[in-house]
Amino acid sequence: MEIAFFLNGTPVKLDVAPDRRVVDLLREDLGLTGTKEACGTGDCGACTILVDNESRLSCLMLAAQLDGRTVATIEGLSQGESLHVIQEAFIECGAVQCGFCTPGMVASSVDLLHRIPSPTRQEIREGLSGNLCRCTGYQKIVDAVELAVRKLQEDR
Amino acid sequence: MTQVFLPRTLNELWNLLDAEPDGRVYAGGTDFLVGFHERAPRPACLICIERISEIKGVSDRGDWIWIGAATTHSMLLAAPPIREHAAVLARGVSVLASPPVRNMGTIGGNMVNASPAGDTLPPLYVLGAEVEIESRVSTRRVPIQEFILGPGIVDLRRGEIVTGLRVRKASRFAVHHYEKVGRRKAQACSVVGMAALIRLSQSKIIEEIRTAWGSVGPTVVTIPDVEHFLVGKPLGVKSLREAMPLVAGSVSPIDDVRATAEYRREVAARILLRLALYA
Repeated sequence: MEIAFFLNGTPVKLDVAPDRRVVDLLREDLGLTGTKEACGTGDCGACTILVDNESRLSCLMLAAQLDGRTVATIEGLSQGESLHVIQEAFIECGAVQCGFCTPGMVASSVDLLHRIPSPTRQEIREGLSGNLCRCTGYQKIVDAVELAVRKLQEDR
Repeated sequence: MTQVFLPRTLNELWNLLDAEPDGRVYAGGTDFLVGFHERAPRPACLICIERISEIKGVSDRGDWIWIGAATTHSMLLAAPPIREHAAVLARGVSVLASPPVRNMGTIGGNMVNASPAGDTLPPLYVLGAEVEIESRVSTRRVPIQEFILGPGIVDLRRGEIVTGLRVRKASRFAVHHYEKVGRRKAQACSVVGMAALIRLSQSKIIEEIRTAWGSVGPTVVTIPDVEHFLVGKPLGVKSLREAMPLVAGSVSPIDDVRATAEYRREVAARILLRLALYA
């Protein structure tokens, strides 16, 4: 079937199998390998993307569901060479070790800050509770979101 | 290849169900699509109802609150009528899975999925939810305890879908509590869940109480004996402790990968003591 949607700010039209998983469409058909797959069952959050500004799991969505929507993957969060403020904060805080969970963590952070612009540390933990990280122990990831919030407030 | 349709209105849905009577209906897909791509044979046709706006949203209807079946858990958490008059449901939803799952999964899906561990279900039982079921030619309303018949088994006939539910406002209850015990704090299937509504007198005597347990039987467990026992008693550790054997004797948990039956029975009873926090 033909689907049309906005992907990282650009309109795209694709002829795809309607039951293709969104994670496969992004990674294999479009080469956007920033979105990761680990569990494939909605438990780990590695495949988290933003659909109409809300975090969603691309392993549990079918291609047909993207028609008419606005999709952002990790590749679309930076502006050319300049990183998104959350990405910068992840680097500054050392919140990235192996990096496999990072694209999903960043997408969930964007979703969280949409809903709660000044989250408490506990709210950050809850906001990222669907994203598993096996390296960092989470502290530096939570630090990074706190730093991103401060940076965003300074910009205002 | 499986066809996937996304109707925008109920009328479009009825037309699809007429044309594709074997089409499988899903909403958020957070349960239905797990393992779907590895399944064989796959259904010829899927019908995703997440875009049917008629069955999305929460509305305040006087003594009642109406909730569309395709309302996501995130929408429920943000809805003022739920927070103000059915807070027990918000408490259940707030510990359901994780933010991305809550952005996708729907309350209708949680009901139709009918998992003994569904975190919206004990709250819906204590709220006395009534499930609204429609087909092209019929509309009926069924109390949730009659709708859910067993694990994954619901009273839904061919051509019917759940379009919504209604709950009576529960503002008279001072206590709206949901307690979940899982293997970890988030993104965990409940080992035991308990919802409670308590109406208290000025002197903290229990005037009315409703309780329901998840994950300790094939469907949500309600125990009238516990409620009868506690009414008229002061809310506190002493009376709650005395009610514990009634809970332990009424649940019928099983052993599974998450916990033993014995552990579940013990926790189901002890979890009552949490209600002393409101004394």
